[in-house]
Amino acid sequence: MIDYSISIKPFGSKAMLVEWPNHVDEDILKDILNFSNFLKGNYLKENEWDIIPAYNSLTLINRNDDINRDEFIAKLQNWYASKKEAESVQRHLWKLPVCYDLEFGIDLLEVEDKLNLSVAEIIQEHTKHQYTVFGIGFLPGFMYLGGLPKQLEIPRRTSPRLTVKKGAVGLAGKQTGVYPQNSPGGWNIIGNCLVPLFSPQKKEPCFVNVGDKVQFYAIEKAEYELRKIEIDVGIYNLEKIKIDA
Amino acid sequence: MLKVLKPGFFSTIQDNGRYGLLDKGVPVSGYMDAFSASKLNKLLENEKDSAMIEVTMTGPQLKFTQPTTICIGGATVSGTINNAPILNYKLYTINSGDIVSFGKLSKGFRAYIAIKGGFQTKKVLNSRSFFQPITQFGCIKKDDEIEYKGISSFKPKISELKIDSHLDKKILKVFRGPEFDLLNDKQLEEIFFQKFSVSKENNRMAYQIKETIPGLNYSMLTSATQPGTIQLTPAGKLIILMKDGQTTGGYPRVLQLSENAISILAQKKYGDKISFKLE
Repeated sequence: MIDYSISIKPFGSKAMLVEWPNHVDEDILKDILNFSNFLKGNYLKENEWDIIPAYNSLTLINRNDDINRDEFIAKLQNWYASKKEAESVQRHLWKLPVCYDLEFGIDLLEVEDKLNLSVAEIIQEHTKHQYTVFGIGFLPGFMYLGGLPKQLEIPRRTSPRLTVKKGAVGLAGKQTGVYPQNSPGGWNIIGNCLVPLFSPQKKEPCFVNVGDKVQFYAIEKAEYELRKIEIDVGIYNLEKIKIDA
Repeated sequence: MLKVLKPGFFSTIQDNGRYGLLDKGVPVSGYMDAFSASKLNKLLENEKDSAMIEVTMTGPQLKFTQPTTICIGGATVSGTINNAPILNYKLYTINSGDIVSFGKLSKGFRAYIAIKGGFQTKKVLNSRSFFQPITQFGCIKKDDEIEYKGISSFKPKISELKIDSHLDKKILKVFRGPEFDLLNDKQLEEIFFQKFSVSKENNRMAYQIKETIPGLNYSMLTSATQPGTIQLTPAGKLIILMKDGQTTGGYPRVLQLSENAISILAQKKYGDKISFKLE
């Protein structure tokens, strides 16, 4: 296990930002999650702290009290140096069904032109890879996914749409992702994922954690309709696979 | 119960906010002007996270059906109970059938109507703060019925608070943000020696500043943001995230407002002047 050179900066009076080297790198992400787990398990109580991992950073926010900056920075440095390998987090691979029918994939034909790939090839490329969740933010349940193949890199649309539908699966730059709710957005929409990524009525409203992986698989419109009913009545079984750390 | 006769321009229920899901992209929400809200809860001898109505710009008209004690504060909105004027930060006994109304806003932008025991709307993910689509609705509508516990026996320790109002304050105290060191001398000079004004784009998610400064072209990996985080875009826009602001962002976080500064800014509207002072 590598120890990275980390930097610790105050972020207002109640928060501290811990930063790793500025790369999109799964090993860095794993180290961040292990450290986060170590802090939660030993030093930072769940009802006092919000801990937010993203790409190369971990932000620690105290809900009530101002932080004694110098003291806390010194503690964090010690904690990082003393963290144990055993803190590793169980991660999951989530298999998410996407319907790439043109009814949902409203930009598919344009993407086909721009990328010089057929719709079938776009679907094949998009479903072939496992994407790593490097962060969750922007909207409740919105995953920042890394690992998009080069062939699918496409600029954002020049003018964003006022409303992109909940579940819309999009491509933009080096990213792919799913809109967890209706939202304005500028991504190129290629399909729709019917599994809700954020359900406020559930005790665990968002099943995905940073560090998990996501793989999409294509379903036909008929199956989409069927699964949609299963989701509405609460009998849909989402496929999840444990990933070895 | 309270019945909404008129909802006002944009009125919401807010408490201290929704914690524990920032890592799932859920904004903290809660009172925009936490300073005023905390005074009201103290005066009513409430829990410090009791839910109250946050009124933006123009106030609602509300009919109370059970006896209670209320208190208003934050912006100055010329409130009345059954047409008799009421003052900010003063307790008033409410009898069933009383109608509370708000007239024109004369100072500030957000007023609060706090009630003994707090409003008892349904909690979603541990908070009553409105935030669509976490909560079903984004604001209070006409004919809504809002629950509270009727209390006629409240004997307050004090009935009135003199507060050092922050409505006239224009200076926002800021800390260095994580990407503060990217700012060059020219940008620093403009940020700290210039007066700025609030743009039309101001709401519970973010306040944008009307004037632009030289931008920052810096490609950073998406990282956490907080209420009060000031981002500087490549085009030179300063965007100040507020209580419903997104939990992550990709623009450099050059400054961070102090908590008190968030309350001061929450009372500013389009065109109001502000300036920044480093803590």
